Amino acid sequence: MKKNRSGKLSEYSQSKMRKKEALHGLLFVSPWIIGFFTFTLYPIISSFYYSLCNYNVISRPRFIGFMNYVNLFKDKVFIKACQNTLYMILIGVPLTTLIAVLVSLLLNNKKLRGTGWMRVVFFIPTLVPTVVACLLWIWVMQPDSGIVNTVLSYLHIPGPGWLSSPTWAKPAFILMMIWTCGNAVIIYLAGLQDVPETLYDAAAIDGANFWQQSLLISMPLIRPTILYNVTILIIGVFQWFAEPYIMTEGGPSNATMFYSLYLYQNAFTFFKMGFASAQAWIMLLVAMVIILVLFKVFRFNDTEI
Amino acid sequence: MGKDMKRYRLGAMIKNGIIYLFLVIFAMAFLLPFFFLLTGSFKTSSELFAVPFHWLPKHFTLENYEQVFTKIPFFRYLTNTMIIVVLNIVGALISNSLIAYGFSRLRWPGRDKVFMIVIATMILPYQVTLIPLYLMYTKIGWVGTFLPLTLPGFFGNAFFIFLMRQFLVGIPKEITESARIDGANEFVIFLKLIMPISKPALATVAIMSFMNSWKDFLGPLVFLGSDRLYTLSLAASMLRSNLNPNWELLLALGVVMVLPVMILFFVLQKYFIQGITMSGIKG
Repeated sequence: MKKNRSGKLSEYSQSKMRKKEALHGLLFVSPWIIGFFTFTLYPIISSFYYSLCNYNVISRPRFIGFMNYVNLFKDKVFIKACQNTLYMILIGVPLTTLIAVLVSLLLNNKKLRGTGWMRVVFFIPTLVPTVVACLLWIWVMQPDSGIVNTVLSYLHIPGPGWLSSPTWAKPAFILMMIWTCGNAVIIYLAGLQDVPETLYDAAAIDGANFWQQSLLISMPLIRPTILYNVTILIIGVFQWFAEPYIMTEGGPSNATMFYSLYLYQNAFTFFKMGFASAQAWIMLLVAMVIILVLFKVFRFNDTEI
Repeated sequence: MGKDMKRYRLGAMIKNGIIYLFLVIFAMAFLLPFFFLLTGSFKTSSELFAVPFHWLPKHFTLENYEQVFTKIPFFRYLTNTMIIVVLNIVGALISNSLIAYGFSRLRWPGRDKVFMIVIATMILPYQVTLIPLYLMYTKIGWVGTFLPLTLPGFFGNAFFIFLMRQFLVGIPKEITESARIDGANEFVIFLKLIMPISKPALATVAIMSFMNSWKDFLGPLVFLGSDRLYTLSLAASMLRSNLNPNWELLLALGVVMVLPVMILFFVLQKYFIQGITMSGIKG
C-alpha cells in the first residue's frame, strides 16, 4: 500500500482498506451467518408456525390458531409437569446454590491447606456422561441395597424408596442435581478469587469471623456470579430430559414428569408436533421472563465484563 | 502477649479443623457414587443385588469387562462416538476461530449488534429448534445418518465464538498492524500470526466440544434411529431400558466411558477450568 509524504495513508486508500476489511469481516463470519439462518432462525420461525398447527407428521400441518396453547392448559399431565418443574426450581435450585456457594466459600479459605484435591472431587461428577450418571444414581438410590440407604441405616434412619416413591423421587433428583454442581463451584471460586485479600484482612482485624466475612464481603461481590449460576440452573431444570427419561420415565404416577420430558414424549412418542412446539414456545417465554425478572431484581454491576 | 497468640492459634486450628472435617465429609459424599461404580463393576451379579450392601466385592471378577467387549458391539459404538466427536472438534476449531476473528479483529458496520445476536442465541432452549430441525432432517433424509450431529458443528457455536472472541480481543493490535500495512492477505494473517498464539483458547474449545459430544444423549436419541449408528451413551441407555438389564455389564461399560474423560481431565485440567470460568463471565 502506498503512503503519502506525511507517512499516513491517503484518504482514498484508507477508505479502500476499510471497505476491504469490512468485506473480509463478513467473509470470516459467514459460516455463522449461514448456520444462524439454517439451524436457528428458520427453525424458530417454523416452530412458532407449527405451534399454531395440528401436525402429526403423516398428514400436512393444519392451522388451528392458538388451540394448542389452550389445550395445553387443559392437559392434566402438562399441569403436573409444570408443577414438578416448579418444585425443582423452588426447592432444588436454592438448595443446590446454597451448597455450591457454601463449598466454594470454604474452599476459598486460603488459610486452609490441602484443599486442592477437594476442588477436583467436587468437579469430577460433571465429567461423567449423563447416561452413566443416571445408571449410577439408579443404584445409589436403590431402596434396599443402595449406598444412600445403607449409610442412612448406619445412622438408624430408615431410608425411603427414593425413585420408586412419588414423594421421594423428586428429592432424589435434587440430590443428583447437587452432585453435579461442580461447574458452579468452579465459577464461584473464580469469582471469589477476584475479591482482594486485603478486604478479608481488614475485616479480620476488626474482629469479623469467617461467616461474617463471607456474608458481608464475599457474597455482595459474587452476587452477579450467583445470579448467573441460578439462571443457568433454572434453564437447566426446564431442559431436564435425560435424567427422568432414563431413570424413571416420568413415574411413579407422573411424579417425575418434567417439562422437557413431556415435550419429548409429545413430539417423538405421540407425534403431536404442533402441541409440543407450543410447549417449547411457552418454555421460551417463561425462561425469558424469569431471566428478565432475575436481572431486574438483582441488578447487574456495571463492572461486569 | 505470647499466651494470647498461642490461644489464638489454637482457636484458629480448631476452627480450621472443623471446616476441614466438614469439607471432607462433603467430599466423601461426592465420591460415594464413583466408589460404587468402580467396585460394582468388579462384582458378580448376585453380589451386586445382595442385601445388605457389600462395600467391597468378595468375589472379585473381571467378567463384566469381558462382557462389555464380547456381548455388545462395543467397538462399533465406540467408532460411532469417535466419528461424531472428532468431526465436532474439527468443525468447532475451524469455524469458531474464523468467526471469532471476524467478530474481533476486523471492523465492519453493525458488527457489535450482530454479535449481540450471537450472545442472545445462547439462551435459546434447544427444544424450540429441535422439532423443526427433526422435521427438516427427515424431509432431506438425514435422520439415521451422522449428519445432524456433525454438520451443524461446522457453522459455529455461540459460546465457543464468545470464548474465542474474548481471547482474540486481548491480542495487541500491533501484532497484525504491520503485516496488514504490508498488504498481507487477511487469511494469511489469521493463519500464520493469530492462530499460533491462540493455542490455549483452541485447546479449551476442543475440550469443551469433546465433552459436549461425548456426553450428548438427546441428539443421538432423536437423530440416529438405527442400532448400527448408536453412540456409547445411546447404547447404554438402550441396554438399560431392556426388561431385564444386564447391570454388571452396564457398570463396567460406565467405567469404560468415564475413564477416558477422567484421564483427559487430569492431563489437561487447566483448559477444562478455563472453559468453565469463561462461561461464568459471559453473564
